Amino acid sequence: MPGMNAVEVQDISKRFRLYHEKHSSLKERFVHPRRMTYEDLWALRDVSFEIPEGQTMGIIGRNGSGKSTLLKCVTGILQVTSGKVLVRGKLAALLELGAGFQPELSGRDNVFLNASLLGLSTREVEKRFDDIVAFSELEQFIDNQVKYYSSGMYVRLGFSVAVNVEPDILVVDEVLAVGDEKFQRKCLDKIKSFQKEGRTIMFVTHAADLVRQICESAVVLQEGQVIGSGPPGEAIRLFREHLLEGGDEAGGGEPAEQILVDDASRMRTSTGEAASSTRPIVITGTEIQHPGIGRRQYLMPREPLRLWIAFDAIMSVPDVVFSIEIHDQLGNMVFGTDTEILDVPYDAPPGGGVVDFAFPSVPLLDGTYAINVGIRNRGGGTVYDWREQECRFEVMNPGRSVGSVALDVEVGVRSLSAS
Amino acid sequence: MDAPGTAQGASHGTVSGTGSGTRDLAGPDRPLLDRVQGSDGATHATRPKPARVVATRASLRQRLMELWGSRELIVFLVRKEIKVKYKNSVLGLLWSMLNPAFTLFVYYVVFGIVLKNGIPQFAIYLMAGLLPWNLFQTAMMSGTGAVVDNGSIVKKVAFPREVLALASVGTAFMFFVFQTTVMVLFMAGFMHPPSWGELWILIPSLAALLLFCGALTVFLSAVNVYLRDTRHLIEVLLIAWFWAVPAVYPFKTLYAKLVDHHLLWVYFANPMTVIVLTFQRILYNAHMAHVTTAATAPTVVLLIFSAKWYLVANLVVIALSVALLLVALVIFGRLEGNFAEEL
Repeated sequence: MPGMNAVEVQDISKRFRLYHEKHSSLKERFVHPRRMTYEDLWALRDVSFEIPEGQTMGIIGRNGSGKSTLLKCVTGILQVTSGKVLVRGKLAALLELGAGFQPELSGRDNVFLNASLLGLSTREVEKRFDDIVAFSELEQFIDNQVKYYSSGMYVRLGFSVAVNVEPDILVVDEVLAVGDEKFQRKCLDKIKSFQKEGRTIMFVTHAADLVRQICESAVVLQEGQVIGSGPPGEAIRLFREHLLEGGDEAGGGEPAEQILVDDASRMRTSTGEAASSTRPIVITGTEIQHPGIGRRQYLMPREPLRLWIAFDAIMSVPDVVFSIEIHDQLGNMVFGTDTEILDVPYDAPPGGGVVDFAFPSVPLLDGTYAINVGIRNRGGGTVYDWREQECRFEVMNPGRSVGSVALDVEVGVRSLSAS
Repeated sequence: MDAPGTAQGASHGTVSGTGSGTRDLAGPDRPLLDRVQGSDGATHATRPKPARVVATRASLRQRLMELWGSRELIVFLVRKEIKVKYKNSVLGLLWSMLNPAFTLFVYYVVFGIVLKNGIPQFAIYLMAGLLPWNLFQTAMMSGTGAVVDNGSIVKKVAFPREVLALASVGTAFMFFVFQTTVMVLFMAGFMHPPSWGELWILIPSLAALLLFCGALTVFLSAVNVYLRDTRHLIEVLLIAWFWAVPAVYPFKTLYAKLVDHHLLWVYFANPMTVIVLTFQRILYNAHMAHVTTAATAPTVVLLIFSAKWYLVANLVVIALSVALLLVALVIFGRLEGNFAEEL
């Protein structure tokens, strides 16, 4: 076991030919013999990595970054244009649960058909049939036609078959996003027991939380290239960084974040240009400081954070209130406060000034957080200036806890005596 | 619960860039990595496993071994086809026998009673030739489309895809078995015994037929992915091919003309001719051919070749088909790489 790699991906590239007009009938090929215009699309470019036996590796990347193509190349569904993939042991892929299920056949028949498609012999299926059915919790429906199954039941049966193939290497593609919460938990438990048995898992997702929870290392893919690999925390950070960078391009990207980023850049330009002259007091800039500045660009949980807001008043403005809001990536407000709540009254004289919000500890776990800042009068009747997502900071959790808040916790376990 | 180790994480926090643009990240939580692996990880992966290269063209030998490993899959696919076909019908499987029985009956009425065409026991003569031909035709029609029709599986699951074409042949063979059952019942009903002494020649003949079908369907199913016309072309070709085989008309009537024009070899270059003649020779039974019915003049329906002739002819077809099958598998392997993209 030591030193052996279960999967070795060596410099693989995959090119797709996108034909502008597909001529796949004889007549069309005769009529337009030369008019086969196409574009080359490199879905993968010189991708290399290896997964040591018994390890779980996550592949993260945005939609369209080549994750699924990579999986298909590793499983042999697609043939690589160049490079080589080496695999040690039996490989089972959960690319699409229940692929190849025949709606007309019963659950029982489909288990046999699907398992044999995944490379199991009849005798092996017979031996594991009860386990498969028990895991899927479909005992009473196993002799019903699959077409009457709900989508959840369908997926459950598909997952049960695939994991009971007892592969040495399990390739999982986003499939855990389906099914109800209880079943998801069950799937995760199964994956964890796979890990304990020393099986190798290749896990593809864009759910950073899951990668942290399950994987021992991760590879970040962007536009078909590996932009980094390493422990999950680092990889997730890299992934987030690139998510923000690439946010201005159209297309790709997770929708929620995409919109957020687009909005932010638009807001900044529009308010930046139009606002300044007509208002009595405006924000001229913000700055963030935390221990990571200059070295790593992100915060560790519970590190301090300071935010300065510079403002400029063209006349004296009484009863000014400065407010801030911290939002997470999905746009949920994590925290909001202002100088009215904090009871710091301020009358701004003409000229500039600086507000200083200091957080001695930021108890947040992973994520990129955006700060909205604003100036208004007491009571909120007039908003002098408001900047959406004026600045952002990132928190990177080096530990293995998941979630969004770094709660302090102490744990004690003790056995109760029988008496 | 882990304490978010500030000092530890910060020391590893910087990312070192390498020339290729790939960054290798040294991990802040290395110790955690070994936990899962180290604890009781040795239960599963103890025996060394051979490395297998995915994603390069497999050699013919590997392909054949994979194919052999997938034989059960072929059985499941055949079973699936048949089950799905008759799933919601009341009579179910019985239809696969009723259909040829009815055909036989109609031919018996039309050609045996109404339009007497001089061939005694015409229904049995026809059926003897149709048995192998139907297998061939069914296999070709479904086999050519096998990969395209199963596109959803081909795109999602990795398995030797030749299996799909071969399963079509297997399905056609199952229908052949049903039809043969009907044929046997009819022959018993009409007191029409086969040529018992040469019955065993049906075995090499059937092997030749299955191998020939396998070779063609493997090749055509791959070509059809890229040129979808193939399927329609095959449908048309099969019509012509049918009349190039002496299933409906007696070979005897053509024999003299073929010899005159020195075209006999062309006729026999068609493996289906050999196979159909073999089936007719054994099931229709040449010795019955001289028996005349009613007012028609005696007709010699079958040419009488020796048993050895049939055996050798069929063995030649087997050899040819095996060679074709190997070539087809190689071509299939070449074309297979882009299946998932083309579908």
